[in-house]
Amino acid sequence: MTHARVSMTLNGVRIEGSAEPRMHLADFLRLRGDLPSIRVSCEYGVCGCCSLMVDGLVVRGCLLLAVQADGRDVRTLEGMAEQTQDLRAAFVEHNALQCGYCTPAMLLTAHELITVAPDADRDAIRDGLSGNYCRCTGYHAIVDAVEATAQARRTHKGDDHDGR
Amino acid sequence: MAGDDISAFAQLQMTHIGKPLPRPNAERLSRGAARYTPDIDLPGLLHVAFLRSPYAHARIISIDGSSALACEGVIAVLTGADLATIARPFEAKLDHLPKLKAAKQYPMAVDVARHQGEAVAAIVAATRALAEDALDALRVEWEELPAVTDPVRALEADAPLIHAQMPDNLAFIAEIKQGDHAAVEAATQLSVQRDFTFARHTGVPLEPRAIIATFDAIEDRLTVYQSTQTPFQTQAALSAMYGMRESDIRVVAPDVGGSFGVKLHTYADEMALCGIALLLKRPVKFVSDRLESFVSDIHARGQSVTARMDLTADGTLLAMNVDALSGIGPWSVYPRTSVLEGSQVLTMSGCPYQLRAYEGRLRLAFQNKAPMGAYRAVGHPIAMALGELLIESAARQVKMDPVAIRRRNLVPDDSYPFRTLTGLRFEALSHHRCLDRLVELMDYERLRREQKELRQKGVYRGIGLAAVVELTNPGPALYSVGNVRVSAQDGCQIRLEPDGRVTCAISITDQGQGSFAAIGQVIADVAGLNQADIRIIMGDTAHVPYGGGTYGSRGAGVGGEAALRAAAAFRQNMLSIAGALLQTGPDELEMREGAVMSKGSGQRQLDLRAIADVAYFKPDQLPKDLQPLLSSSGHFTQLTDTFVFTNGFQASHLELDIETGFVRLLEHWAVEDCGRIINPLLVGEQMRGGIAQGIGGALLEECVYDESGQLVNGSLVDYLTPSSAIMPDIRIAHIETPTKTSILGAKGAGEAGTAGAPAAVLNAINDAMAPFGAEIFQMPATPERILRAMGRLG
Repeated sequence: MTHARVSMTLNGVRIEGSAEPRMHLADFLRLRGDLPSIRVSCEYGVCGCCSLMVDGLVVRGCLLLAVQADGRDVRTLEGMAEQTQDLRAAFVEHNALQCGYCTPAMLLTAHELITVAPDADRDAIRDGLSGNYCRCTGYHAIVDAVEATAQARRTHKGDDHDGR
Repeated sequence: MAGDDISAFAQLQMTHIGKPLPRPNAERLSRGAARYTPDIDLPGLLHVAFLRSPYAHARIISIDGSSALACEGVIAVLTGADLATIARPFEAKLDHLPKLKAAKQYPMAVDVARHQGEAVAAIVAATRALAEDALDALRVEWEELPAVTDPVRALEADAPLIHAQMPDNLAFIAEIKQGDHAAVEAATQLSVQRDFTFARHTGVPLEPRAIIATFDAIEDRLTVYQSTQTPFQTQAALSAMYGMRESDIRVVAPDVGGSFGVKLHTYADEMALCGIALLLKRPVKFVSDRLESFVSDIHARGQSVTARMDLTADGTLLAMNVDALSGIGPWSVYPRTSVLEGSQVLTMSGCPYQLRAYEGRLRLAFQNKAPMGAYRAVGHPIAMALGELLIESAARQVKMDPVAIRRRNLVPDDSYPFRTLTGLRFEALSHHRCLDRLVELMDYERLRREQKELRQKGVYRGIGLAAVVELTNPGPALYSVGNVRVSAQDGCQIRLEPDGRVTCAISITDQGQGSFAAIGQVIADVAGLNQADIRIIMGDTAHVPYGGGTYGSRGAGVGGEAALRAAAAFRQNMLSIAGALLQTGPDELEMREGAVMSKGSGQRQLDLRAIADVAYFKPDQLPKDLQPLLSSSGHFTQLTDTFVFTNGFQASHLELDIETGFVRLLEHWAVEDCGRIINPLLVGEQMRGGIAQGIGGALLEECVYDESGQLVNGSLVDYLTPSSAIMPDIRIAHIETPTKTSILGAKGAGEAGTAGAPAAVLNAINDAMAPFGAEIFQMPATPERILRAMGRLG
């Protein structure tokens, strides 16, 4: 099988590699061995486990070929550690993760959701996360954690304004 | 605290047990820092793809692997016959159930494939993709055989046989008849009989099954990395199949991405993978993809039941009658068998209630579908649904409130220990207290008023309840009496590290439940340590004491008790050393937060680092006659009762769209009594996660087969599981009745959510449909089925 050269900015660092044209982006990143947050589960674009960020948007890593990410800016949870720090702490506090398999993708999706819709209520959070399956928690604690983080970010932002 | 002293334990100052402390390993997982089996790579690792039978039943005439072997990257092509040269056949039997028929099985099919998805050949290649490519080049000549999929058909006299050497396809039959049936017949004024259907569904852990095996010719040892709940069971199975000594096999369960029973079983294809490693003497890896998971993971439920309740006109329950039939696939699953889902329906139906007579029959049939195994709450969701749906149906007929009819019939809280007619012993349950708490938690009266008002406006809401009894902390009766090599014992070792921290190795495992957290909390309180100073090791047969692992809601109750005993011994040992150093009696001292304190003054005397320093590096400071014990063990098998039962109550509130049949879940409540709570955060999340899976079974999940035995919805596109958008908020409350079968007093909580949710949801749907005189007794209750039940669809 022929390989294609692929280069991208991965978590802020320019990388080059080669991939079979049929290899999806999640496998390309997973097989590097240094990004444990990348997982696959259904590889059909349904469960959301492989979600990652391409050019600032959360996408399914299994529905994008590695060669399609050529020249793009790709981020995984490892590269979003700082931005998701409060959300991760809330997940721990609310026990919003059990086995942890869905968690990195859930965090990226939730971060994007409350960045785009900071006022999202519980129903909106449930809708926004509905493309990320979790088989362990029943979602209640995840919604709690995301809701609490959104609220804290709103308060924090409000404080900033007051301070100026 | 003496080893068996419950009252001393009760007087312990608890700063960890019972507290909602965050799980120590959750922070790591929240960073994505995990190592699941698919993440593990080894030098020279080869990858396996299985050729799986496309037919439900077919004879393998020939397999020609020559073209496949010529494909890029392919190292070997192996068939069932190749593995049969080194593997002893296995069969799932329980000695105490001699009527359970078993057929010999090999790691891959040898002559006949008996379900779609059964592995018949393996390609070993440099990458998984190359192995899959070569599958297309594998030439198999098949002779398709008639498939038997419907269990009713399977038991007909002229049905084709799944196993030619057996007289028929009846895998198991059991009957129970207890109580005073004549008196019940005379007193019965109302009988409610319904036909129930519970679809097959499956566990869908997000991390699929995965296994790596590598044979170390230098140490003559097989090392296996496996996504499993029970590493020692894999060790025993491999030993039996490949004739190695158990202690020459190391099984490691790294982080496990969910299991729910799916990864409890010894799968033939995983045993094949290990056989391939032994044959090739090369490390090999198999990771199931989602499509093959659907046809090769165990399935569950899949029962048709006719059930009846006999009552008096005032709603007093007299008797229950259950006749259950299930197809279990072509084999009983090794080594635990496929009998429990049915046998627990036979023994647990109606068990929250006082009954004067009980009659039940269970038949299990072999069929050409994927094997059935133990999935979270084994049998309970069916058993609870039978009793709970019938009692609400009866309540509607006698025009009683569902709460009132339960209060009349539930076993009173002061009548324990209680033995059911089916022979189960309940140590201490709290049905009435749980029901009272539930009614308060959900504001039942308000919901009823609101429901009445909304009905006037054409809005149909339903409220459904379910009493739950869960079997937890199993003793040897579950498997040992059947001579299955699954341990009911768990062990824990605690050792002092040179820096004053401690390492604990324990035989239970963690698939996300929070076993690490719970065990750490028990040890911290009992040994008097800081939880942060305890490193816990699980899931490695080379490093933890022998034990059963995590199954049957036993991790906290049985593993926790082993940890408690190890911690009590460890504390005694540390105090003995401290006493010698301080020239005072150990009884004058106590351990708190990793330090030795004077009991009287509360003054801090020494910390564990100082003890480690002396014991390991300055032992000349100790009296010459003291050889200190620097590691301690605790072991526990629950021997008092067959099982330790828990109880609880659930309720579902939903809205039914009578035009479309769609159900919108509004809220769900659960009151759980799992005995001593080690961490309410963990119990709450076990309940919620379990409820979600129960809701999946009630509304969405179904493995749909066509008549020829083809699974027609075997992908996550077509097989529906609960998403966050359909799930309601779930409110949890607790009642605490510690068990006296252990010092710790903890019972299990892993399965109660799944056990009760389906009954609560179906009852709520039936309550919503009550104005139309419609009821449904089929799961999943899809919109189409609901409309049919209402007579609104053909």
